[in-house]
Amino acid sequence: MKDEFDLSPLQLDALREIGNIGAGNSATALSQIINKKIDMNVPKVAFVPIEDVPDLVGGPDTIVVGIFLRVYGKAPSNILFLMPQKSAFYLVDTLLGKTKGTTQSLDAMDESALKEIGNILSGAYLNAFFNFTHISMLPSIPAMAMDMAGAILNVVLIQLGQMGDQAMVIETEFLSEEEGINGHFFLVPDPGSLGTLIKAVGVE
Amino acid sequence: MADLIKVGMADYKVGRSPSTLISYGLGSCIGVSLYDPQSKIGGLLHIMLPDSTQARASDNPAKFADTGVPLMLNDVLALGAVKSRLVAKLAGGAQMFAFANATDIMRVGTRNAEAVKAILRRNGIRIIAEDTGGNYGRTVQIDLNTGAYKVKTIDRGEKEI
Repeated sequence: MKDEFDLSPLQLDALREIGNIGAGNSATALSQIINKKIDMNVPKVAFVPIEDVPDLVGGPDTIVVGIFLRVYGKAPSNILFLMPQKSAFYLVDTLLGKTKGTTQSLDAMDESALKEIGNILSGAYLNAFFNFTHISMLPSIPAMAMDMAGAILNVVLIQLGQMGDQAMVIETEFLSEEEGINGHFFLVPDPGSLGTLIKAVGVE
Repeated sequence: MADLIKVGMADYKVGRSPSTLISYGLGSCIGVSLYDPQSKIGGLLHIMLPDSTQARASDNPAKFADTGVPLMLNDVLALGAVKSRLVAKLAGGAQMFAFANATDIMRVGTRNAEAVKAILRRNGIRIIAEDTGGNYGRTVQIDLNTGAYKVKTIDRGEKEI
């Protein structure tokens, strides 16, 4: 069996392009909802040792808000949207028309608003993805937690941990400087889904 | 000031007084400590999964309960701890996201806790404290001078088990 982690630069580029298209669509959606300019960086596509993943978002004990969706279909994956706690509070203020700085903890309404953002971002991402690859991917309803980054990332990493010691992550950072909002969007294909994705973009 | 030694995910460290071993941000993972109160030697292990035989490939035994516990046990004994005096404490094993149709993977926290306890019992080590389950993350640390095992959470404060 061919080692799944043995990807050529061309294949990594293809995955990066998938991330780019998906994230671009998501950023546009987010920008329209909050009516502010949203910047994004070029997606990072990398295999990282599983134990290093929490460092991508500031370390395992950083408090973050995480919105998690399971993706079903031909290439099962996990989606995780992580925001620093303060960013999530600002985003709630913006979404619900409150003065910036009002939100200091999350009530049911706030959580629901954030989950909806997770829904919309994922929908936009997967849609773009479908247009490009014709692989249909359906997201589950979102789940949300506010806790330590390490603990939240566990959920995604456990599945990968069963298969190997490396995680393949396609990661994009969203940023609205004006609003002080930033977030990290992770698409983490299940082991086994990678091959499907690469084939779909036409690089073998 | 005493040493603070970090233990990463799927890793373990052993040491002696006055060091403190700490592991940050456990979700469904479990932090297992072993401690010999007389020699003040101990270890902390951060496992992710219950069973290495269920996994497809890994060269890291510290990732699993069934292989990680014996590994740490050997190391604390090599440092001079005495097996009959060793006591174990464990914390973690949460389910971070609640889904109506929770799969086995979602319940991995519970399975982790069960696997850790089973392997400790099989090795004849007494489990004297446990703080597992729930839906929240934990940072754990063991002070090798006193054997105190601290569990920190974000909304539920800090406690010693």
